[in-house]
Amino acid sequence: MGQLLIGLINGAFYAMLSLGLAVIFGLLNIINFAHGAQYMLGAFVAYFALQWIGLGYWWSLLLAPIVVGLFGVLLERAMLKRLYHLDHLYGLLLTFGVALIVQGVFRHEYGSSGLPYGIPPQLSGGYNLGFMFLPTYRAWVIVFSLAVCLATWYVIERTRLGSYLRAATENPALVQAFGINVPRMITLTYGFGVALAALAGVLAAPIYQVNPLMGADLIIVVFAVVVIGGLGSIMGSIVTGFALGVVEGFTKFFYPEASNTVIFVIMAVVLLFRPSGLFGRAT
Amino acid sequence: MHQRVAFGVMVALLVLAPFFVYPVFLMKALCFALFACAFNLLIGYVGLLSFGHAVFLGGAGYGSAHAAKVWGFPPEAAILFGTLVAAALGVVIGILTIRSRGIYFANITLAFAQMIYFFSVQAKFTGGEDGIQSVPRGVFLGVLDLRRPLTMYFVVLAIFLLGFLIVYRAIHSPFGQVLKAIRENEPRATSLGYRAEHYKLIVFALSATLSGLAGATKAIVFQLASLTDVHWTMSGEVVLMTLLGGLGTVFGPVVGAFIMIGLENYLATLGAWVTIVQGAIFVVCVLIFRRGVVGELGRLLRRPL
Repeated sequence: MGQLLIGLINGAFYAMLSLGLAVIFGLLNIINFAHGAQYMLGAFVAYFALQWIGLGYWWSLLLAPIVVGLFGVLLERAMLKRLYHLDHLYGLLLTFGVALIVQGVFRHEYGSSGLPYGIPPQLSGGYNLGFMFLPTYRAWVIVFSLAVCLATWYVIERTRLGSYLRAATENPALVQAFGINVPRMITLTYGFGVALAALAGVLAAPIYQVNPLMGADLIIVVFAVVVIGGLGSIMGSIVTGFALGVVEGFTKFFYPEASNTVIFVIMAVVLLFRPSGLFGRAT
Repeated sequence: MHQRVAFGVMVALLVLAPFFVYPVFLMKALCFALFACAFNLLIGYVGLLSFGHAVFLGGAGYGSAHAAKVWGFPPEAAILFGTLVAAALGVVIGILTIRSRGIYFANITLAFAQMIYFFSVQAKFTGGEDGIQSVPRGVFLGVLDLRRPLTMYFVVLAIFLLGFLIVYRAIHSPFGQVLKAIRENEPRATSLGYRAEHYKLIVFALSATLSGLAGATKAIVFQLASLTDVHWTMSGEVVLMTLLGGLGTVFGPVVGAFIMIGLENYLATLGAWVTIVQGAIFVVCVLIFRRGVVGELGRLLRRPL
């Protein structure tokens, strides 16, 4: 059961990060390589807020997505926008470069060891469920991230704003002809995807510590999760995120040597039988 | 014609270089130049961005280091074995990935590379974090003693030129023409009767093999095979070298590799700054310098280099 819990925690982060990637990819057709760095930035904003101006966890939960989201908006306006007429690979390379710079700067300033970030007092402690001990903070992470994921899904699939977004994914020129400001929508979408990453970063801060490289390796696992789920599918990325976290958790218990590679093995198998992912459409 | 002149200039420079520059630096740059040329074969001529090419460099490195140290192979056999390891990896990964396109392809190759990386961390024969150290250089073909730096250098140069000429030949053959056709318009190439996936698989395997040749040689030169060469940052580095030199140019990857290795040498004492500078070069190249050094030079001379 403990492994199931750890799996669900990891799954919560996979789901939130792959959801952000999927939202960005859907509209911009860009794989946001800077996603891991932006997740790390979220955690650092929380850390700075506490150290410099004494703002606690709950404020950070609100502040970090906004700050990092604005950073994303600037990045999109200043750089990504210039690449839309080119091969999508350039977008990937650009965000990769941005990730290197951001991670390099933070590693230069704070080294590679983690900075501690405490669990907020309201969420410390835990429940004894009889068969296992459930720390309150971990339960909170799972519930909160699930809520965020489902809310995002609801907005995109069930509201008018979401329908504009989906229409712009299909045919941006036509949507623009109907009088909707597509470039602004693209900017905001990128900002939103980035904000999701930052939110995940704040959630992760008390569990994994704040570390300049916390997103660097995680993001590659998330890429594999996205490939398995199929790019551009919202519900697909949520479900595969949680499911793969659980699978990974169980692998850690039954066959620990394979716990790092199991997601990639699943990816290889999925690719053989469904090249566009479990929930993806054929390209 | 002008490419032959440029080739002549390059060979002349490389033959003279070790008498002026530290040979170990040159050998490192040559190994990476071959790696970048192999990588460029994919991105420059088929338009496939592989973000997991480190696997072939590092995998071949482990192969040749293991063969030379544990099995006592002579260096030529060890390099050959390492190259074959990379070729085998290339065929397997190629079969699994080649059906995907564009961004998916980049993503999937990256994920496979990470899988092999974790495998290398845990497997016994790779030595985990330590890598395979103090690999013997040995005697090449039974006559050339590789412990002498200049001998080693000229063997590496010969291997590099062999790889370079294979890439050159592949690009300028009918096979290369088909590759370019696939890059420009794959459905059309298919409708003309070319099996695009077969061509892509062959060129992927070829690129993997040549990357492996570079990695296997590198392991013998530095007497070391380590995790650095399998890690995805290495895959990013080769992308950067090729991009900086010029995607789809014959000499660009060589120039890019020399610049990057020189820069790393220069910045080595500054730690995290290497990453920052690399990132900045990426951003600048993508935003305003997409043709790369050789691409821009070729445009000035009005001749493709």
